[in-house]
Order: sequence, then structure tokens, then C-alpha cells
Amino acid sequence: MRILKGSIKVKSFNYKEDNDYSWSMIIDLDRCNGCGACVIGCQAENNVATVGEEEVGKKRNMHWLRIERYIEGEYPHVKVRFLPMMCQHCAQAPCESVCPVYATYHNPEGLNVQVYNRCIGTRFCGNNCPYSVRYFNWFDSSFPEPVNNQLNPDVSVRERGVMEKCSMCMQRIRRGKDTAKDEGREVVDGDIQPACAQTCPTGAITFGNINDHESKVYKMAHSGRAISLFEEKGTHPAVKYLKGGTNDVIG
Amino acid sequence: MSSDDNVKRSADAAVSGGPLAGGHHGDVLALPELESFRDPETKGAKAHYDDADIYRDEKGFNDHTLRPMFFTTKKYFAFTLVLGAIMAQGFVAFLNQTYWGLGMAGLHEPVYWGAYIATFVFWVGLSHSGTIVSSILRLTGANWRRPILRAAEAMTAFSLLVAALFPLIHVGRLWRAYYMVPLPSQRMLWPNFKSPLMWDFCAINVYLTGSMTFLYIGLLPDLAVARDRAIAMGNWRRHYLKVLALGWRGSHREWSVYNKCSLFLAVIILLIAPSVHTIVSWDFAMTMTPGWHTTIFGPYFVVGAIYSGVSAVVTLMIVLRVLFNLGDVIRKFHIDALGKLLLVISIIWSYFYFCEFITTWYSHKPEEWEIFEWQAHRFPYHLWVMLGGSCLTIFCLSWRRFRACMPCMFALTLLVNCGMYIERYMIVVPILSRRDNPFMWTDYYPSLTELSIIVASFAYFIFLYAIFIKLFPIVTMADVKEGVVVSGDVRLGKHAVRVQVKE
Repeated sequence: MRILKGSIKVKSFNYKEDNDYSWSMIIDLDRCNGCGACVIGCQAENNVATVGEEEVGKKRNMHWLRIERYIEGEYPHVKVRFLPMMCQHCAQAPCESVCPVYATYHNPEGLNVQVYNRCIGTRFCGNNCPYSVRYFNWFDSSFPEPVNNQLNPDVSVRERGVMEKCSMCMQRIRRGKDTAKDEGREVVDGDIQPACAQTCPTGAITFGNINDHESKVYKMAHSGRAISLFEEKGTHPAVKYLKGGTNDVIG
Repeated sequence: MSSDDNVKRSADAAVSGGPLAGGHHGDVLALPELESFRDPETKGAKAHYDDADIYRDEKGFNDHTLRPMFFTTKKYFAFTLVLGAIMAQGFVAFLNQTYWGLGMAGLHEPVYWGAYIATFVFWVGLSHSGTIVSSILRLTGANWRRPILRAAEAMTAFSLLVAALFPLIHVGRLWRAYYMVPLPSQRMLWPNFKSPLMWDFCAINVYLTGSMTFLYIGLLPDLAVARDRAIAMGNWRRHYLKVLALGWRGSHREWSVYNKCSLFLAVIILLIAPSVHTIVSWDFAMTMTPGWHTTIFGPYFVVGAIYSGVSAVVTLMIVLRVLFNLGDVIRKFHIDALGKLLLVISIIWSYFYFCEFITTWYSHKPEEWEIFEWQAHRFPYHLWVMLGGSCLTIFCLSWRRFRACMPCMFALTLLVNCGMYIERYMIVVPILSRRDNPFMWTDYYPSLTELSIIVASFAYFIFLYAIFIKLFPIVTMADVKEGVVVSGDVRLGKHAVRVQVKE
């Protein structure tokens, strides 16, 4: 359509010019106390498989969102830092170009999307992800009797042999956009809340549209504390962190 | 299988006196360089196929070289049965893995690629010997190449067939693997041609087609000889040989087309083969994973492939010599020449090791140095076999007496391939264990399923080769005979000089 209008625009990393929405997530590391509620919230919302003790011991847990613990210093003077880590939804995503079957691609709203039905499980994307946030279904997931009733009907249960990862609660984004459209308005802050942001007791996780200059995420992303992980990789993540470490008690 | 003494000779061989009856040497000068490489046990006993013998006694030569094809011992069946059992257990492991999921393998995050991919690279590497060596030798007109061509080319084709299985074993959803094939689809879904895996898929297919064609075209004249023999003997092999020989009669036109075609294919293969392993290396080098992302990987992989491939050719030649009594066709002279080739390649290969380690050590980039430290810490013995083996190869192969010692060459070339397998493992596994994110650092052990399948792949390769030997002529008879026709001895004063008509 833009070509018809006579102006061809180069797409920016976050597709700011091309689309109304560009989803972003800001995580305030000073607020995170590593409680892990977001991990459970994510797991319940997205039908993430519980793999059992033995498999977790083999590092095959499927948590789309994990809390990384980093311990600094020697015993009496120990500082523990927490880093909630999930798919960073890189604008220049290394995982996307290497998939031989287009099972992962960048959607126009700046999200990195995994198409489960297309995935054949070469796991190349997992190898090329510097954050190691892509998870593979080593076995078929099982949801024994009472648990199957809590499965989220909006999210598919993944087959064995398929890659999966954080979708920024795609189903909630879709619902929020639909509601806003029905009401004839744009999505504003508070319309959409991913499960992790909703669950976080300290409000460390904020989600929103970074194209909207009035939004919280836009302001936080420009607050001067915002950093991206592995910035030197040039992946331009949509998830940004607000630097922690100023508080000596909990990092 | 080991000796054909107790095997009944074919009728026509008996009439012509058989290849080993001797008395055909005549007054043609035996060449000194060939003489010195004769087996000590038969030295001077005229029990050899010298070129002149082949010229005089073509039928006897055919008998001798077709013997492994037409006569099968009980040991052979026992051996293939054992191979079949090993393959069967691997197949069961594979079915088990496909049924339950890839969790049966020892893989986990972030070591998403493990022993399967290392084995895949190993087999693709092994396939680089045959056709490359064969086409280089064809193009440079190296006369000693003649008897070994077929065996080397067959090795390429079969190791590539084995290699092509591994991506299928490795993928999570085998039943959807056809998504890699660019099939027209109503949903306009195409494979992602930006992905190195897609390039790899295409390259392997092209190489497989090319090397199979190369092998088949080279087979044609020999197939015709075998066909005539099979028809005369009433052997069941005549049924497929009649079809596959394409009615070859050996007319002038057929030979001229054949020669043009093999030259053309040799050039094509020479272009394809390095590109294939470069693309395999790009499966790693195109990623942004530290340790994989280096420019050296393309040539590094190609040279490594030729290194392991030529070693495997030597191993195979020695096995063929012993098992099928072909010591007078595949002579020590050939092993010696291959040994010299291997020496050159091992020097180049060690140079690549040097380049890789010295640059990483000097710059000491933390993420890359971490990988090297981890390799040295976790796999010290592997490193010793890998690096020590490479130095030992250069040292040993420099000695002519070592190259003339068949058990030594057999052991050394096996060691080289062990080192090369470890090398592939060291490229895939330790680098993934030490990725960018330190929180995810882990270790990896192959599971029993993986080991079963990998062992079965070796059995599968040997099985394919064993079947091939029984169905097709293993010695390049036409080329050997051609070598006799195009070369001769010319007396210059006191000396006789071997001259050759250039093709």
C-alpha cells in the first residue's frame, strides 16, 4: 500500500514506521526479587509441559521464562542477582534466518513467532540463539488427569520434536487488539498484560507498545537505565532491562 | 572370503592357466620402481600381475579381478550376518527414538546438536576422498591411479548414503522432514533458502547424484565384461548386468563418448566436492556462536575431509588386498603413492590446526578462549589423539619403509580417522556446551540410543560396500588395461624408459 502512495520506506528494526504496534517488554532488575511467580504464571498460561524431576536434572525443563541467578562475591559478602530471561524477540533475530522451513519468522509487530506446525525440529534456531531461550519438546508432553482441565484453550499443546519459546502471550495480544478494534480505538497501556507481568508481585515486568510515545514502556526504554542483553551481538532485542545493582540488599 | 584357494575356479580361468600360473613374463623389462614394491613372499617368483601380464593374458586378469564378485565364501555370509545384526539393533534404537521422541538421545539445552551431527560431518568428510582423489588423479593423468579408482569412488557414494541418513535421524519430526523439499504447495510455503541447512540439503543431494553418476559411468565398460562373464556362466547376476551395462559393446564411438564423459564428470565433481564440505562447514560458521563463527571453517573442513577420506581409502585398499587377494593388482606401490598424498594433506591439515589455535590463543577473546579451556579440561585425551595423531602422521609417513609396511599403514590410517571423528565431535559438542550465556553451561554425554545408531551406521557402510563387491567389479579393469595399452617401454641406449601416451 505504501508503494501505491508513492513513498517507499526502509523498515526500521522495530518496524516503527510500518506498523501501529511494536510490542516491547521492560524488566526492572531493581524490582525483581527472584520469587519465580512469573515462571509459574507463564507455565500455566502457555500450557508449558511439566517434564518431571529426572528430565529437569538433564536440563530439559521447558520454562519459557526462567530466573537466572548470579552470585557475586565470597561467603559473608554475597550478593545474589536475578535476571528473568525469556525470548528477547530480537529485531535482527539470529534464529529466524537459519530455520530451513520458515518455522520461525518475524511478524510485523516486532515479535519473533514460532510456527509449531511448520517446525521439523532441526534445532538450528536453538544453536544460533545467544540467549539460549528456545526449548525443544524432547518427548510428548503429558498432562495427567486433573491437570488437563487447567490447559489454556487459547494455546496449542505442542507435539514432540517441536521448538517452542516465549510468544509474549500472543493469545492475549490478539484478544487485546480485537477488543480495542471492537471499541474503535487503539490499544493503550493496560489493555494487554502477559501472564508474567500480571503475576509479578513487585511489578518488575511492564509490557506495551513502544511505538506509542505516551506508553510506559516507551518512557522506561528511554529512561537512561535501559539496556539490552548481549548488545554487542547486534540482535536489537524488543525486551529491555532496567539496570539493577544500585540496591545492595537485593540486586 | 579371506582366501580363494579353496574356491572353485571358473572354467575359462582353468583353460587359460589362471592368473597365478606364471610363465607370461617374456622379455619385457620389469620396471625397477614396481619391482621394489613387490610383496616379499612372491618377489621374483613371477606370481605378479605386471602390466605386461595383463596385456598378454587379459582373460586371466579378468578372472582374477572378477573373482571377488562371482565367488562367495561362507565367511562372507557370516560376516554380513553380523553386520546385519548390528544394523538391526541400530534400527531398533532409531525406531524407539522416533516413537518416543528425541529425548532418547543425550541431547539437552543448549547442546541441541550432538553426536549425530558430528557423525554426519564425519561421513560427509569421508565421502570427499573418493571422487576428489579419483577426479584429481584422472585429470592429472597419474598413471598409478588406475586400479584404485572404483574402490575409492564407491566409498564416496556409500559414505554419502550413510551421511544422508543422519539429518533424518537427527530431526525432531521425521514425518515432516519433507518440508525441506521445495515442493509446490497451495499455501505458497517454500523452504527458507536463506538457511545454511537448506544449502546443505541441496549440496548433499547434488553431490550424491554427482558421485553416483561418476561411479556408474566409470563402471560401464567393466559392467559389460562382467555381463559377458555372467551370461557365459549362467550366473543370476546377468539379469541386472544386462540392463545396467546399457548394451556396451566397446565400439570406438562408445569409448570416445565414455572418455569425454568421464573427463567432464571429473571436472564437475572436482568443483562440487569442495563446495559441499564448505557448505557443511557453513552449518556452523554461518551462526553467531563463538567458536563456530570463523572464516577458516570452509577450507578447514574441506582439507579435513580430504585428509580423513584419503586415509579411509588407504585403509580400504589394505583390507581389499588382504580379504580378496588383490595384492597383485592393488600393489604396495599404490599404497605408497597414496601415503605420499596423505603426507602432503596431513601437513596442510596440521597447518590449519596451527592457524586456528594460534589466532585464538593470541587474541584471547574470552568467549572463544573459554571454549578452548573447556576442551582441554574436559577432553584432554581426545585432544591428544586429535593433535598428536596429526603430528604422528607427518612423522610416520615421511619414512618410505613405514609406507611400505601394510599393518603400519592400516593402523595409522585408522588412527587418523579416529582423530578426525574426535575432531568433528570437538567442533560440535564442547562449543555448544559453552555458549554465550554462562547460566546455561552444561556438559553432554551421548546416550545409548545415539551410540547404537552410530555403531550401526558404520556397520551399514561396511554392509553396503560388501554388497557392492558382490554385485559389481571392484577393480577398475578397463582403466588398468588402458594403462597398459597407452604405455610401453622404449629403449634409450642401455636403459628402458616407460613412456605413456597422454590421454
